[in-house]
Amino acid sequence: MQHTFIEILRRALDEELARDPAVHLLGEDVAAGGAFGVTKGLAQKHGATRVRNTPISEAAITGLATGAALCGLKPVLEIMFIDFATLAMDCLVNQTAKYRYMSGGQLAVPLVVRTQAGAAGGAAAQHSQSLESWFIHVPGLIVVAPSTPVEAYGLLKSAIRLGEPVLFIEHKRLYTMKEELPETAALPEIGRSRIARSGTDVTLIAYSAMVQTALEAAQSLEGEGISVEVIDLRTLLPLDMATIAASVSKTHRVLIAHEAVLNGGMGAEIAARIGEELFDELDAPVMRVGCPFSPIPFAPELERVLLPGAADLVRAAKRMCQ
Amino acid sequence: MTEPTLSDWKAMYRALWRIRLFEGQVQRFAAAGEIPGFPHLSTGQEAVAVGVCTQLELEDVLFTSHRGHGHVLAKGADLEATFAEILGRATGLCGGRGGSMHLVDAVHGVLGATGVVAGNLSLAAGAAWAAQALGRRNISVVFFGDGATGAGAFHETLNLAALWHLPVLFVCENNGVAEFTTREEHSNVKFVSSFAAPYDIATKTIDGNDLPAVFAAAGEAIGTLRGGAGPYLLECMTFRMAGHYVGDSQQYRTKDELAAIREKCPIERLGRVLLARGVEQATLDALGESAKAEVLQAVERARAAPHPDPATVLDHVYRSPALAAIQG
Repeated sequence: MQHTFIEILRRALDEELARDPAVHLLGEDVAAGGAFGVTKGLAQKHGATRVRNTPISEAAITGLATGAALCGLKPVLEIMFIDFATLAMDCLVNQTAKYRYMSGGQLAVPLVVRTQAGAAGGAAAQHSQSLESWFIHVPGLIVVAPSTPVEAYGLLKSAIRLGEPVLFIEHKRLYTMKEELPETAALPEIGRSRIARSGTDVTLIAYSAMVQTALEAAQSLEGEGISVEVIDLRTLLPLDMATIAASVSKTHRVLIAHEAVLNGGMGAEIAARIGEELFDELDAPVMRVGCPFSPIPFAPELERVLLPGAADLVRAAKRMCQ
Repeated sequence: MTEPTLSDWKAMYRALWRIRLFEGQVQRFAAAGEIPGFPHLSTGQEAVAVGVCTQLELEDVLFTSHRGHGHVLAKGADLEATFAEILGRATGLCGGRGGSMHLVDAVHGVLGATGVVAGNLSLAAGAAWAAQALGRRNISVVFFGDGATGAGAFHETLNLAALWHLPVLFVCENNGVAEFTTREEHSNVKFVSSFAAPYDIATKTIDGNDLPAVFAAAGEAIGTLRGGAGPYLLECMTFRMAGHYVGDSQQYRTKDELAAIREKCPIERLGRVLLARGVEQATLDALGESAKAEVLQAVERARAAPHPDPATVLDHVYRSPALAAIQG
């Protein structure tokens, strides 16, 4: 039976709450199910002290979760939109990420911050951003961005068990995606990417919802005689350069796709690393596809034209294969 | 805690001197260029640290601000390891990764100082939430200055702590000066305790330079928290005898103001109380001398300690064994 991304996330949280009494969920409206229904029914099942509503105070609840993580809890904090993580930045950047280091290894912050990002359905400029690159700049954090419901299930469980502060970025466009959850879903190791599709001509690196777009583009390019290998990064920080290197050594061409704007983005980081470490492997310049440098607009036709789609990836891949 | 004996008061008198002299050495070696960065001194505010921390148990956790040397020492941190950390040595509390503004001593429940004003209030509430959720009886204490009340995080945390009945003691050291400007220039709200009422938080404003007054008020507050009551906001009116940071010439203070501040010195005040109770001046002098000897010895050992090995610079960015006592 198929389940949505939301249902499968809920199952992961449900199982982790049952497995480990230190796991606690908190965030705005989470006891009522959360804004997207991810935590629906969990307060009833695990108790109101394990699944707690908080005031709309992103700065304080992030500090609260961090302080609790220092003292024996494994909180899973929901920040409803990544756009509001801006309000939690002081704590995440100055405290949460640095605790282990500043204390010389005396303390750790086993905390997962679940948040939701990306553009869909006219959420407009303050509820649609892809801000992941801000966080990959902070030593001490882990950043995860799953691409499918089954991937999210395993990665969320691995994140909760990791013992480090993890920013877990869910894409709102994936919430309705359905998959069957295998009985024995393996838990992916945080920090390892996966090959979502094998190919020989172009390495297409993507993460989050863009992996689906990349697979669509790869399918279409196959019809035109271009074999595309799609890497699903899974973890943006740390970056799995070994998987990238193995693929680039085979294809010698790299296209990086993300929904975030290109300036200072994940793609820039990956391209720079490939340039430094794999220059001799390249037959063409590394190319990137991302959003034009603009806030996300409200009107559907404007939102649609701004977001990179499979056609953009196909065009870029063909150009680099000429 | 029961009413302290004369011997307890003498121990607290010595504890005040210990902090005062420790920070005197911080000032000395900062001026000499041996201490990197910019340490902040709590000189003149020692009675708050001693009056509160003397009544905490080992399991109680403490968070503090950038002006936290006194709190850290009063909670039990080792003098030498603390000074070594402020010097940036390998034997320091944090192996030289934290420094004056980021002191952590987990085994004594010192979970951290912070360089961000108001930055630790919510973490202290979180530690109290963990105690509540895990059924532990320990409490959480956070020290902060009056400048922190300008931050939104202060108000967010008071609201949340009250709403969840968290066992957290908020101790405001209202020294009337936020960095370089007076409280009057920062806020129309004269007393920080005024912020407690809207959130339904128990509060008291006391003379923070009067150690017996701090001891009594902190004891009462801690008692209510151990009894299961929600948060408590204790406002201690005090004076920052030193500047904002080592080297601050305090041109924003008048000469008369500085003279008056010295008159209110918490050590001299407790000394007068003890003399009135029949303690000999020679006994007080001996307590001060013994604190001085202990501090100087610790400082010299810390100064002789090795510098961190540059090869270890990337240690502790990610995983390392956590202390079982704190991590649970």
